[in-house]
Amino acid sequence: MRTWYFSEMAYHPAWEKGLARGSLRVNFPSENIDPEVAGKLLNRYLDEFALCDEAGIDIMVNEHHSTATCMTVSVPMALAVIARETKKSRLLSLGNPIANRPDPVRVAEEMAWLDCLSGGRLEMGLVKGAPYEIAPANSNPARLMRRYWEAHDLILKALSTTTGPFNWEGEYYHYRNVNIWPRPIQQPTPPVWMTGMSVDTGTMAAERGHVVGTLLSGGTAKPMYDAYRKRARELGWEAGPDRFAYAAIIGVGHTTDEGLRRADIIADYVRTAPVVAEPFTNPPGYNSIAANTMILKGGPRANRFVTDRNGEPINHRTASVQQFMDTETVFAGTPDEVFEQIKTFNARMGGVGHLLFFGQGGLLTHQDAMENIRLFGKDVAPRLLELNVPARAAAE
Amino acid sequence: MSRSIAVAGVTLEVEEAGQGRDLLFLHPGEGSQPARGWIEALARDHHVIAPHHPGFGNSSLPDWFGTADDIAYLYLDLARQLDLQRAVLAGADFGGWIAAEMAVRNTSRFAGLVLSAPLGIKVGGVLDRDIADMHGIPRADFLRLAWADPAKGEVDYASLPDTELAAIARGRESLALFGWKPYMHNPRLKRWLHRIDIPTQLIWGDSDGIVSSGYSEAWRAEIPGAALTIIPQAGHYPHWENPEEFADAVTDFTSKLR
Repeated sequence: MRTWYFSEMAYHPAWEKGLARGSLRVNFPSENIDPEVAGKLLNRYLDEFALCDEAGIDIMVNEHHSTATCMTVSVPMALAVIARETKKSRLLSLGNPIANRPDPVRVAEEMAWLDCLSGGRLEMGLVKGAPYEIAPANSNPARLMRRYWEAHDLILKALSTTTGPFNWEGEYYHYRNVNIWPRPIQQPTPPVWMTGMSVDTGTMAAERGHVVGTLLSGGTAKPMYDAYRKRARELGWEAGPDRFAYAAIIGVGHTTDEGLRRADIIADYVRTAPVVAEPFTNPPGYNSIAANTMILKGGPRANRFVTDRNGEPINHRTASVQQFMDTETVFAGTPDEVFEQIKTFNARMGGVGHLLFFGQGGLLTHQDAMENIRLFGKDVAPRLLELNVPARAAAE
Repeated sequence: MSRSIAVAGVTLEVEEAGQGRDLLFLHPGEGSQPARGWIEALARDHHVIAPHHPGFGNSSLPDWFGTADDIAYLYLDLARQLDLQRAVLAGADFGGWIAAEMAVRNTSRFAGLVLSAPLGIKVGGVLDRDIADMHGIPRADFLRLAWADPAKGEVDYASLPDTELAAIARGRESLALFGWKPYMHNPRLKRWLHRIDIPTQLIWGDSDGIVSSGYSEAWRAEIPGAALTIIPQAGHYPHWENPEEFADAVTDFTSKLR
């Protein structure tokens, strides 16, 4: 299992105000952010990313918009900085919300540029994006995935075509001379990742052989991984653990208490980030008709940001670190304890090849964040690399 | 009573009632909602033909279908298929937008046009919101803007069967498909409204909070000879909130048509 450190580069100083307004996203005015403080925080977070190179772990960056929970507005921009500050870490963009991007060829260009700059270290996530990303982008939520797949196909073709220009006259995108310079080092394209929470996503990712990741909820991850493995078998290949990723909050310390304390502080991100004004949580078309039928019947569901092992939502606003650990949202304790927790999780999931290490929620001090990364890199990550596919899964 | 009609590759569920002059009624973005009494009221003096838009009710939504233009052409085909002659073309809210898109193209089968609080045009500047962002406000706020008496607009979703809930969810998704961006309008439509060459009656509720105050005046200014009638105790959906007065206003208009 490889480890990918990530941080949303949150603007935590505004969280209290956002919580009081009932929304940290979309309609939380930017008068609540001090740009000087933002600049200092961004530099601090980038230092935390840079440390991963010497700690021997890989790096993941994501993006969100109009929010106090994540100041990364552009994955390629952040990765460009990080690529220059690192030498060995692989760099995962997870990712570009391509159905919200008007220009997929621009996405392909930026990814190729990053792959060149980093010496072929790029991994390329093409994601649907969260429902509350629809409003900042003002992208149409109806037929979102149809647009996603057209953008996906165009990006992969743009990256892998060396004898262009080629013509693209699709439903959503129109170009007559696609011919990107530079082209990526990794051919035909850098490895492709998707994210999701559903069986459908697992199946669709399997049909293309992409890596599929989910976050913070063991209960939704397993059915998706199982669907992936099943579809891969139907198509005549065996999906190894390297096709699966899982994001969890991780706090390690020299003592159990220290690890739990760090995880508890990082978990404030989960207690905060899903708070968004109700109209932006479910734009029409983002969720399936079946899901929306259930929502109409029962009122907006208790937030599904975090679910337990049975897929039932837990109260993310008030959950204790122990409750988050029970839902496999958090792994925490000493390096030995954290390793054992992840090992058990890995076995239950049938083998997960990538751990997305959520190691900074915003409120963790720089010193704690750096120590968390160092300790994990020294005493946990190397042992995770040795984790093989659990016997139980292989026998299935 | 509803029946199914196939037009141009789309299967439409069509509500039908009454006798008299044909009246093709195009429903709002919130759906047809035939139980709200408006069909009966209009059917006293008209033969009401009210299709559920593609993707609403039990009407199909083919993959290739996806714009307000598509709906306009579809209903022009429907009018030809039903051989409507000197009919009334009526539309409310989103349906009013579609009716206007039809009327700037071809009025040959229609004697008059009724537009009830139509969406579809851009009136103000780039920073002005002519049409409320119905998708950016809580449902309760939407009802307060859209209804003179918001309690009348409420729907007890928990009491509805899953099939109806699914139809509502599907209709909401379809409305987004047709009207998300530009939001509920066609930036070019206003410039072509002068082409409407049949008598036109605009109807507005006296407490419509969905469109800006100058919106009805802009429609009246752009359509040659258009008249405006205000319905009391009604918001953005006068045919639902005050169906009797709405039907009276329609009959006043249609009884004078050739």
